[in-house]
Amino acid sequence: MLLFLGKRLLQLIPTLFFVSVIIFGLQQLLPGDPALAMAGEERDPDVLEQIRKQYRLDQPVYAQYLYWMGGVLSGDLGESMRLKESVLTLILQKFPVTLQLALMAIVISLAIGVTAGVISAVKKDTAIDYAVNLVSLWGISTPNFWLGIMLIFFFAVHLGWLPASGYVSPFEDFKLSMQTTILPAFVLGNSFAAVLMRHTRSAMLQAMTSDYVRTARAKGLAERVVILKHAMRNALTPVVTLGALELGTLLSGAVLTEQVFSIPGFGKLIVDSVFNRDYAVVQGVTLITATTYILLNLLADIAYVLINPRLRG
Amino acid sequence: MAVADTTLAIEFQDESPAARAWRRLLKRKSAVFGLVVVILFVLVAVFAPLIAPYDPTQQSWTAIRRSPSWQHWFGTDESGRDLLSRVIFGARASLIAGVISISIALCVGVPVGLLAGYGGKWLDLLISRITDAMLAIPFLILAIALAAFLGPSLQNAMIAIGLTATPIFVRLTRGQVMAVKVEDYVEAARAVGNPPVRIAVKHILPNILPALIVQATISIAAAIIAEASLSFLGLGQQPPAPSWGSMLNTAQRFLTNAPWMAIWPGLAIFLAVLSFNVLGDGLRDALDPKER
Repeated sequence: MLLFLGKRLLQLIPTLFFVSVIIFGLQQLLPGDPALAMAGEERDPDVLEQIRKQYRLDQPVYAQYLYWMGGVLSGDLGESMRLKESVLTLILQKFPVTLQLALMAIVISLAIGVTAGVISAVKKDTAIDYAVNLVSLWGISTPNFWLGIMLIFFFAVHLGWLPASGYVSPFEDFKLSMQTTILPAFVLGNSFAAVLMRHTRSAMLQAMTSDYVRTARAKGLAERVVILKHAMRNALTPVVTLGALELGTLLSGAVLTEQVFSIPGFGKLIVDSVFNRDYAVVQGVTLITATTYILLNLLADIAYVLINPRLRG
Repeated sequence: MAVADTTLAIEFQDESPAARAWRRLLKRKSAVFGLVVVILFVLVAVFAPLIAPYDPTQQSWTAIRRSPSWQHWFGTDESGRDLLSRVIFGARASLIAGVISISIALCVGVPVGLLAGYGGKWLDLLISRITDAMLAIPFLILAIALAAFLGPSLQNAMIAIGLTATPIFVRLTRGQVMAVKVEDYVEAARAVGNPPVRIAVKHILPNILPALIVQATISIAAAIIAEASLSFLGLGQQPPAPSWGSMLNTAQRFLTNAPWMAIWPGLAIFLAVLSFNVLGDGLRDALDPKER
């Protein structure tokens, strides 16, 4: 186990290094003089000179990278040019919002995805199975910003049941917070649920034909017990880890969902920064997202090994 | 039943792999549906000027936000443009973006993947770690960041999506090469003295083609959503040129009094993505050598 952990941690270093190189390299894509692009409307040569100095654009690329990386490693992601605040502070401000949304989305998608996946595997090749498959195809193929717009139209504009946009923290007003986040969380969870549904279905189908399920049936256990206790418990292990791998999709989805519902989270921060040419924020958010994703993957791997004793070696 | 199976087997023995895949694809209803809808979309995109009833950019201040009618089947938008015509022309941006970005990903990803699988341990290690790094950044976030730094335009959106999709093909190609390169026929080709490049192109590539075709089809679906997403954010096709994503962006502002503006472009994206997805699923089953 320790050896495995050590190996995985060592592997992490080059991956994180290349992530940082890619994100830093984005800046090199800016057409023309980056100082000019960063300055936006400003054309004063003194200001441009100052920007060049401040961001060390007058130095070679590798020196710029080392300087940036040195900052990142000591917890300094730079400063937002637009909001005049440190990128890290901004991220810490927005993170809880997206986290709340993501957690709600995960709960919703687990409830829908796993239940539907189990039912469709148990009722294989029946009308219910086909219906579940159709729903999962719909979930995978619907652009979530469109689903968001349609739900806003139906529940906020047409029925007037829920607010169309905005966000309230659960610590301020729990009920209002749920009202503002239930639609975006559903939108975000929708495609995730579809993916979970497919994973659960195939894992369950495999489990249902296994020896231990046959044994359980032969013992004369009720079918319900066989499915819930024997098949499902084994089938869900790979589903949980596969689910962790799809978390990146959830973060991608948050960008658009937050945009549609005007929720001031991570995703909205990155889009606003893109349009205000606030490149330090774009780089910071991308870096933090990627690092989070890599660490989640590591946790999923470890969990997988812990749950599955055969892999412990 | 057993007898029938043998006759069938004999009957199809001379069939080429492509013909067999084609026959099996046509047996699946959902795949045929996907194929037909994809072809329809391609036809609509190619013949857009002939099919569209109006000029998609023609504004009309006397027909602003009209609900669907015989004159304007899909209604009109905030500056009186015909929505049906805009949806028809929007198919061009979406399909072109889907196909070109995935072509970029294939052109870069496959050679790099071959190199990783066939070029020695260190090269493999380097390429694999870079691939890991790219895959660690969520797809849309990387595409947004790339598009933002390259500047907003349809062309840059395609480059951004293509580069973002590249690591998927690198990893797929590498994995397939790893599996195939220990096979006897590759060993034999090497033993006869074929140079590595020839082995990669002549012996390995044809064998990993089915997996690439399946992945490419499904990736086109993802690329269409990605292009619509970037356009929705204002990072893709620039107005007044029609694109489904940017139409939805505008529609959001008029949800209260012109909800039809939001329905059609969204349905178009959904249908296009769905058809590529089911076609990809069908191709996967049809090209699976284990299921003859």
